[in-house]
Amino acid sequence: MTGRMHALESMGLVDGPGVRAVVFLQGCPLRCRYCHNPDSQCDAGGREIGEDELLRRLLRLRPYFARGGGVTFSGGEPLGQPEFLLRMLRRLKREGIHTCLDTAGAGLGDYDEILANTDLVLFDVKHEDPKAYRRLTGGDIARPRAFVEAVRRAGVPMWVRHVVVPGLTDGEEHLAALRAYIATLPRVERVELLPYHSMGAEKYAALGRPYPLAGVPDMDKATCAALERRWFTTWN
Amino acid sequence: MSTMTYPQWEGFCGGEWQRTVDVRSFIQRNYTPYDGDESFLTGTTARTRAVWSKCEALLLRELKQGVLDVETHIVSGIDNFAPGYIDRENEVIVGLQTDAPLKRIVNLYGGKRMAKSSLEQYGYTLDPEIDRHFCEYRKTHNEGVFDAYPQRTRVARNAGLLTGLPDAYGRGRIIGDYRRVALYGIDRLIEFKQQDLLELDGPMDDERIRLREEISEQIRALGQVKAMAARYGVDLSAPAADAREAVQFVYMAYLAGVKENNGAATSLGRCSTFLDIYMERDLERGVLTEEGAQELMDQFIIKLRLVRHLRTPEYNELFGGDPTWVTEAIGGMGVDGRSLVTKNSFRCLHTLTNLGSAPEPNLTVLWSERLPENFKRYCAKMSIDTDSIQYESDELMRPIYGDDYAIACCVSAMTLGKQMQFFGARCNIAKCLLYAINGGMDERLGVQVVPGIEPITDEVLDYDRVRENYEKVLAYVAELYVDTMNIIHFMHDKYAYEASQMALHDSQVERLTAFGIAGLSVAADSLSAIRYARVKPVRNDQGIAVDFVTEGDFPQYGNDDDRADDEAVFVVRTFARELKKHPLYRNAQHTLSALTITSNVMYGKKTGTTPDGRKLGEPLAPGANPMHGRDVNGALASLNSVAKIPYRNVCQDGVSNTFTVVPEALGRDDEQRRDNLVSILDGYFGQGAHHLNVNVLQRETLIEAMDHPEKYPSLTIRVSGYAVNFNRLSREQQEEVVRRTFHTAI
Repeated sequence: MTGRMHALESMGLVDGPGVRAVVFLQGCPLRCRYCHNPDSQCDAGGREIGEDELLRRLLRLRPYFARGGGVTFSGGEPLGQPEFLLRMLRRLKREGIHTCLDTAGAGLGDYDEILANTDLVLFDVKHEDPKAYRRLTGGDIARPRAFVEAVRRAGVPMWVRHVVVPGLTDGEEHLAALRAYIATLPRVERVELLPYHSMGAEKYAALGRPYPLAGVPDMDKATCAALERRWFTTWN
Repeated sequence: MSTMTYPQWEGFCGGEWQRTVDVRSFIQRNYTPYDGDESFLTGTTARTRAVWSKCEALLLRELKQGVLDVETHIVSGIDNFAPGYIDRENEVIVGLQTDAPLKRIVNLYGGKRMAKSSLEQYGYTLDPEIDRHFCEYRKTHNEGVFDAYPQRTRVARNAGLLTGLPDAYGRGRIIGDYRRVALYGIDRLIEFKQQDLLELDGPMDDERIRLREEISEQIRALGQVKAMAARYGVDLSAPAADAREAVQFVYMAYLAGVKENNGAATSLGRCSTFLDIYMERDLERGVLTEEGAQELMDQFIIKLRLVRHLRTPEYNELFGGDPTWVTEAIGGMGVDGRSLVTKNSFRCLHTLTNLGSAPEPNLTVLWSERLPENFKRYCAKMSIDTDSIQYESDELMRPIYGDDYAIACCVSAMTLGKQMQFFGARCNIAKCLLYAINGGMDERLGVQVVPGIEPITDEVLDYDRVRENYEKVLAYVAELYVDTMNIIHFMHDKYAYEASQMALHDSQVERLTAFGIAGLSVAADSLSAIRYARVKPVRNDQGIAVDFVTEGDFPQYGNDDDRADDEAVFVVRTFARELKKHPLYRNAQHTLSALTITSNVMYGKKTGTTPDGRKLGEPLAPGANPMHGRDVNGALASLNSVAKIPYRNVCQDGVSNTFTVVPEALGRDDEQRRDNLVSILDGYFGQGAHHLNVNVLQRETLIEAMDHPEKYPSLTIRVSGYAVNFNRLSREQQEEVVRRTFHTAI
């Protein structure tokens, strides 16, 4: 079968352990205000790619996967193409390649088979509070919560990631609540705070859409790293 | 010869090396592999700091002035200069090219015109007496070459089809086995050469006569090396007795080469593991400390950083940044499976920490997946910190050159003391493709450069027709290139023979003639455009295609897409095959490289608009790199494309690739970045790739350094095959480097 792919980054060194190829699947149900890849949101974008072709291209990168590397599926929301995702994960596992799922957990359920073929979940926690979650993403927090339960059942380890936007998700109260929430998640091995940057603004302009966070400054990288140390050392 | 013995060899394991000149045998019998980490390394000594601080001040002055000083009253030669010092009492290793640091030599044997124009450029005048002597009594290499050049070579040079030819200065790329002087001493080496000369008898044909004359020159040169060292109080007659002498002797032997010659690249070879043997012996005897061993290496490297040649502005346009390519090959594996990494391999790289990063010496790690993990990680760390290391595949070269080869210049492997290279600069194969379209007419000059090619007049270019013509052009150019090389090296041997360096080779040496190409990615992408999209030439009154209108998409080299990458492979295979059809001067072997140094900028200037979308005058991509911005699937896909360019028997002089990544894209922390870089190197070389320059830096740093060079006096970056101080590049070269693909995290 074929899937819709936004892009293939052959050298992703920050999305999971080791050297990784990152497959950005097209389409996302969320409309996160800070999204820096708005062109990956629409289901109809990207390009169609067959399982065989994608697998062939990924296997070409296998020589770099020693020391814990592998393939990461990101998006968009990779859970938006569950069947294609599952087939790719299965085929990669059969080849003995480490698989990562970089997701906000915004899929439609039925995750067990997918997680059975996933070695690590990079779980993008948008927000711990239902109202704030909706304000930030336009989605319903019930979805990621259902996903978390599936991960718990599957016993897959998890790296939690969270985007820190100045004035939006960098407050004390929020980070404390986030920490409390993360403490309830299963098998969390690491928590990464990702500093917000405005490099996606040009893409909004190209799409003729207003930039939701116009005027919000980039998150200072050092401050963000300090926040990570202060709040999440338990896991790191 | 019977077994030699010297008291200086006490404690060494004997072997074949005691019967004949065989440094490899000495190394194999005596070295101590090291698989530990870098924690044993030490900082600089007070003496090193004293010497280096004086040098730093001089280097800053030189950076401002361009040239610090030139000796205009003496001509190049092994023993023509009074001894010079930086800080006599603190120098542990002595010897300078002239009587003062950074004072350059005038070498007239390669060519008077170039030497005189460099002098004028910097406001110096040659001693009129010397000028008169060279005009009246002495012919130069340059004059010889131009006496013999046929018209077709001259036309190709003017059009920029063949450029950077070593026809006006020293050819370089010859590595003497400088270790021989330390191991055997000069007197014994002279005896061996005398024996060779005695045995070289028989019918006196060209080759035998020439070789007899050369060996005699070599013997004389060895005597001069000894005399030159004696002026510094260094007695080279017998073998080195300890580590300090070993370093000093190796350096003296090297120094003789850069006093006598001004070759583009004068590389050092593979010395660190050899020297480690002496250091280990001294450490064991308790006569050397770790600080002392590091001091020897630091001071040796300081001297190598001061090597200079007098160059013209035109030369700098080709090879920006005043490079000397004092290339030192480090690491690699032995044929017996032991790693050749020693503690001194670490010490050598550690000079980048102790003395700060610098482009010279050109530190080259011979990479193998089997190298000790600690060493691999240390190399990665040093690359990330200093951008001063290049990597070349030991697994690819060892089967061809054995385990005692070194790298001349950037990528050129040769077995030490047994092979030498005739350097051949490069040919513009992007321009060749335009000749295929334009019936052999040069697109800029409007003159015929390649005869017998039917111009293509189709409205839309037909791939098969272009390719057929391209093969014809490449066949013609290959023959022309071989003929040109043969003339150059015939004359160089005759008028500017490198006696001191050749004296440190076996008398019966194997010769490699290294051809080169520029514009590989442009040629590949242009062929791909013609094949997979619709390319319409826009022709001028003369019928020459001066622009192209391309409709549709086409695969581009650098995305691990075989359709485009195969075009690149086709180009190198075809050109290598055509070159090999023509015999070489002194039965040399043909080799080929995809390597440009910074000449891709100048080559681009002389190349018209190409079908891939590159406009008239825009730079070509360096070496075998994909064109910047066209590798859109990330760095590894780009590396995979370059890894497809065949090395063995095709591009066997080297396939140069430069990889630049911002630190954040390499991983979240130092530990991860180190590991990831090791994985990348293993993955790339594991596929049969040959060479990789690694830069880990921010584009913003470079942009800021362009406007505020004073803030970054030692900003070193790797470009095709060498490292360079960024501030010494021309503005154009800097801009081209900044434009190149920086791999960033999405």
